[in-house]
Amino acid sequence: MGQRLIIEAGRSERQYWRDLWRYRELFAFLAWRDILIRYKQTAVGVAWSLVRPFLTMMALLLVMKIGKLDSGGSPPALFVFCAMLPWQFFSTALSESGTSLVNNANLISKVYFPRLVVPASSVITSFVDFLIAAGFAGLLLVWYRFLPPANIVFLPFFVLLTFGASFGAGLWISALMVKYRDFRFIVPFIVQFGLYAAPVLTMTGHVSEKWRLLYSLNPVVGIIDGFRWCILGGQNLIYWPGFTSSVIGVTLLVWTGLWYFRKTERKFADLI
Amino acid sequence: MSNVIIKAENVSKLYHLGQKAVKGDGVRHILEYVFRNPAKWLRQRRAAGRAKPEEFWALKDVSFSVNQGDVVGIIGRNGAGKSTLLKVLSRITEPTTGRIEIDGRIASLLEVGTGFHGDLSGRENIFLNGAILGMTKVEIKRKFDEIVAFSEIEQFLDTPVKRYSSGMFVRLAFAVAAHLEPEILIVDEVLAVGDQAFQKKCLGKMDEVARGGRTILFVSHNMAVMRQLCNKGILLNHGQVMKSGTIGEVVDTYLAAGVEHEGHWQRQTPVPNKGHIYLEAASVFNSNGVMSGHLACTEDFTIEVKTQANAAFGKAQIALSIINKEGVIVMTTCNSDTARKYLPITAGKHTYRVKVPGNFLAPDTYYLKIVAHEPYVELHDITESTVSFRIEDVGSLRSVFNDARVGMVEPVLEWTDTHEGSGEAK
Repeated sequence: MGQRLIIEAGRSERQYWRDLWRYRELFAFLAWRDILIRYKQTAVGVAWSLVRPFLTMMALLLVMKIGKLDSGGSPPALFVFCAMLPWQFFSTALSESGTSLVNNANLISKVYFPRLVVPASSVITSFVDFLIAAGFAGLLLVWYRFLPPANIVFLPFFVLLTFGASFGAGLWISALMVKYRDFRFIVPFIVQFGLYAAPVLTMTGHVSEKWRLLYSLNPVVGIIDGFRWCILGGQNLIYWPGFTSSVIGVTLLVWTGLWYFRKTERKFADLI
Repeated sequence: MSNVIIKAENVSKLYHLGQKAVKGDGVRHILEYVFRNPAKWLRQRRAAGRAKPEEFWALKDVSFSVNQGDVVGIIGRNGAGKSTLLKVLSRITEPTTGRIEIDGRIASLLEVGTGFHGDLSGRENIFLNGAILGMTKVEIKRKFDEIVAFSEIEQFLDTPVKRYSSGMFVRLAFAVAAHLEPEILIVDEVLAVGDQAFQKKCLGKMDEVARGGRTILFVSHNMAVMRQLCNKGILLNHGQVMKSGTIGEVVDTYLAAGVEHEGHWQRQTPVPNKGHIYLEAASVFNSNGVMSGHLACTEDFTIEVKTQANAAFGKAQIALSIINKEGVIVMTTCNSDTARKYLPITAGKHTYRVKVPGNFLAPDTYYLKIVAHEPYVELHDITESTVSFRIEDVGSLRSVFNDARVGMVEPVLEWTDTHEGSGEAK
């Protein structure tokens, strides 16, 4: 006989985390489904995850050229791509996980499983795209015969930071969207304007000292700086106050995201 | 011997509604109404004045216990709280108050094919759906061949399920669910889909599962199936347990108490704002065209069904069953019968009339079950045991001959006698 299950209003935390472990396979299955579906019935298939960042990069390079923006000594393509890697991961993860609960409404109203699985597996799906794009970045490095500095060993940390930022924000948005579908319209705005608010085209070093700390409150700023510092080095230095605020920001985002998600989760099936 | 496997104590579930709580329709529908069209709902709410959310107890102080190996039928009219109870038991939604203790692994099947994705192949969907229903990958792999054999779709295993016929889809979906091996299985009315042969197969499978000593909680509107499959019953009415006991007692109570109207039924709640066909009213008229719940066994009578279709459908059907006191379906007739094919149903209001001949049904009390659906696709609306009528014995054959004639129908059939020879035996 299996375990004893107790159902009552406000069930215990411990049971929840245990369930999350038990449903770890579902988590993999949902991610696997999203990856499979993503490029079904497309002619180009998985290549889209390369074409998209490539075209965006070309467009941004054009903007850099016209605007005569400074790429800090490194090849402009690499400069832009290093920023786009985390940014695209963050933005797709945010849009995907934000809508994930609503898109899986039929599951949520018909089957029990820890709901956390849904936005988390969406982030994983976007992470796969990120890995493909990272492979492309590797090719770019070879093409430009650019040897990254030793800082590159810290790259996994910044990837983790991006992951945290996407997951935390995804938790917030997905939980909020269950109740307020307004977020369906708000998220594209965040993604669109975020590209300009984040230092994709510029170096944060160019932002005047007065505003820099304020600017760094956006956790994505610290992440992009970190990516450039790891991959390009050179003039791309780590701005420590910004870095710290990034780490704190992401931790807060994940923590409050989990808190809010857990708080509202019990009502999902009634509201969705 | 009989150890308690599920124990529910004073379970209640409160929903806050933005409009007056309406009785007689599924909570599901009300919630849907609110969320589908918030603007309309808001207007109505404003019109209703004091915008204070109305409280609606979908379940109120429900207590019961289930022993291991019991097959429990949960019975009740639409909106009685059956679905809510199943949702609470399967942990989809939390109870507002109360406590349930469950010993053992629980799996619920509230819908056939939950989580199926049209773009994935049959094979992929078996894995995905299995995982969603709580099977492990190893378990699914072990049962894979069995599932495929049960569903009879071997050839199409690698075809995306969106290319499947609806029958194939349902078969595959049920096959996965049927191979779950939890200690407790919760099943909502999932057998309302699929063709007769497949329904039979599903029931057989459920029977087999029950015989395996597993505990099943089962919701259905089909009293005959309930009697056949279950040994215990729980009757819910307005969110409360009205009766629990052996299935026979509970079904009897339900059939006796469940009927609200003789000869006529009218929908009590507004038609949900969903692209479905809804049943609005049903009436029985005697041969003089008067609405009546009492008909002479010799006279023709007419059943009228009024529906509201919120959209047009290429293939939809209004089906009507006449059910006797024992819950046995005596006959079923559909609007598509004359044409011998499914007919389109245009958007708007429809009034269907069907004439039932006299000298046909045996004197008894009957109930109507009316279904609006897209065959093999989706059940749109159903009313059960809401209209009753009596076929009065005004000179039936069994009274004329005073014999113990059995049978649910009593047609007066033409007999001939071909006479040969002189009649004198040698």
